[in-house]
Amino acid sequence: MAEDVWLLGATMTKFGKHRDLDLIDLAAEAALGALRDGEVTMKEMGVLAAGNLLGMGGSVGQLLQKQIGQTGIPVFNVQNACATGATALRTVSMAIKAGEADMGLAVGVEKLAGAGHLGARPRRAEPEEWTRTGRFGAVGDTDGRIGTQGMPGVFAQVGMEYAHRYGGADFELFARISEKNHAHSTLNPLAAYTRPMSAEQIMAEPMIAYPNTRAMCSANCDGAAAAVLVGGTRLRTLSPGQRRRAVKITASVLTSDPWEEACQVLPNVNTLTRNAADQAYEQAGVGPEDLDLVELHDCFATAELVHYDNLRLCEEGGAVDFFASGAPWRDGRLPVNVSGGLQSKGHPISATGIANVWEIAHHLRGEAGDRQIEGARVGLAHVIGLGSACGVHILERAAA
Amino acid sequence: MSAQIGRSSQFGQSSQIGQISRIPYVDYLVLGPEPHLVAHECAECGARYFDRRNACASCGGTEFAPADLPTTGEVTSFTIVTAAAPGIPVPYAAAVVDCGGTKVAGNIIGTEPDPGHIRLGMRVALSTYVAGTDGKGVDAVNFGFAPLEDGASEGRN
Repeated sequence: MAEDVWLLGATMTKFGKHRDLDLIDLAAEAALGALRDGEVTMKEMGVLAAGNLLGMGGSVGQLLQKQIGQTGIPVFNVQNACATGATALRTVSMAIKAGEADMGLAVGVEKLAGAGHLGARPRRAEPEEWTRTGRFGAVGDTDGRIGTQGMPGVFAQVGMEYAHRYGGADFELFARISEKNHAHSTLNPLAAYTRPMSAEQIMAEPMIAYPNTRAMCSANCDGAAAAVLVGGTRLRTLSPGQRRRAVKITASVLTSDPWEEACQVLPNVNTLTRNAADQAYEQAGVGPEDLDLVELHDCFATAELVHYDNLRLCEEGGAVDFFASGAPWRDGRLPVNVSGGLQSKGHPISATGIANVWEIAHHLRGEAGDRQIEGARVGLAHVIGLGSACGVHILERAAA
Repeated sequence: MSAQIGRSSQFGQSSQIGQISRIPYVDYLVLGPEPHLVAHECAECGARYFDRRNACASCGGTEFAPADLPTTGEVTSFTIVTAAAPGIPVPYAAAVVDCGGTKVAGNIIGTEPDPGHIRLGMRVALSTYVAGTDGKGVDAVNFGFAPLEDGASEGRN
């Protein structure tokens, strides 16, 4: 029987602009916070996984060790698009399950404030002579000429595809999803944006890629999050206080895209998420009806809608009705993104997959303050990165 | 077609005799009297790709054959991009079009790029336009999809 894995300590930094902190300062703040929260030290860590996508070129873990403790343990520097943080967690979890370590630290960090449209490249001028390049044999840039490669437009199409298949979703519905998350973030002091916005205000914001206006897009910002994981055997040797606050990770899953027709034309964010959710529910021995809260990857308002369905929070095709019923509001049947989500809390890419696990753990520990979901016992955290990679973690309040 | 798909001009498009005056923007666009798209179809499982592949992502097969696509289809998703990288003219409408069971990414052209003129389920037809001209005067011809008016006759299927 593989070892149980528990979250012993976790933290996230304030998401937003950190002008005076560099990438490693931010990572160190989160890492030291998670160690303090778990009442452990770097000397007790047997493995370190560090996630960062757009920063220091692959050795963030070692740079971080120089600020928090060089103990000679193995370091895994991980990158997996927007699932990078979840991948760091998953790496530590696997090391513990494999018996290679009994305690480990996962960190995700990003500096993105003012980054603009990620992945967007300026168009090149017409050349002296057309030359075919790349796998499509294109003579020039295709972004904007043959569809869009920008994230707002890609995820807009993901939502519109759902609207076409099942009906009932329009510009206003997507704006109302965003309104919910902006309302939720008013209770989260660590969110990048904490100002409520009405659906009308959201619809009046500058359009980025219809139907996503600026307020319906995830907020580029700086931030870090970290978690200390521990095996069940080791946990039982720790203090009563540590055991009381430990949260059981009952599922840790990572999936990629299986081939499907059209998945190369428009990324299919649905199937790998459905696969990850199904595997997670099976691992955890729970179903969607057992969840008390969900943090899902609302990189755009159009994405949140499809993931209600992909995570089985509603019946197939029922995401519009699920939202319209009020279920995902914080006082609804199944609160979704009570942190404010990526649209409002912010999306420092590699921090996101750990920050959403921290959010769930915070509620399960009963420490979420004004935004506490009362009596929360089981929660699910989901991220997806294009390419694609999907991480799902289920956490449970349990006695160690 | 051989297992290894060539790096350029993979569909063997011949230019006009003498001076070349126009070339397709991408390899999978075939010009001529009836412009159309052509996919690499896996000989094993029938999966279709527009880009060069080392092996089939669906079944692992390494034999591909060209497959012509219908020039009409249905819009199954779209967006109207109003903020993009420098140099990319906005707004433009990007869409996914189902051409006889094969999904294609392309822009909606020949109508206003706004939600009043583009709708899900709309019928469209392949259309070409000059995307740019190089220093030697050669036009690069790209494709998009233009709305088919109700009752208009549809192209080859």
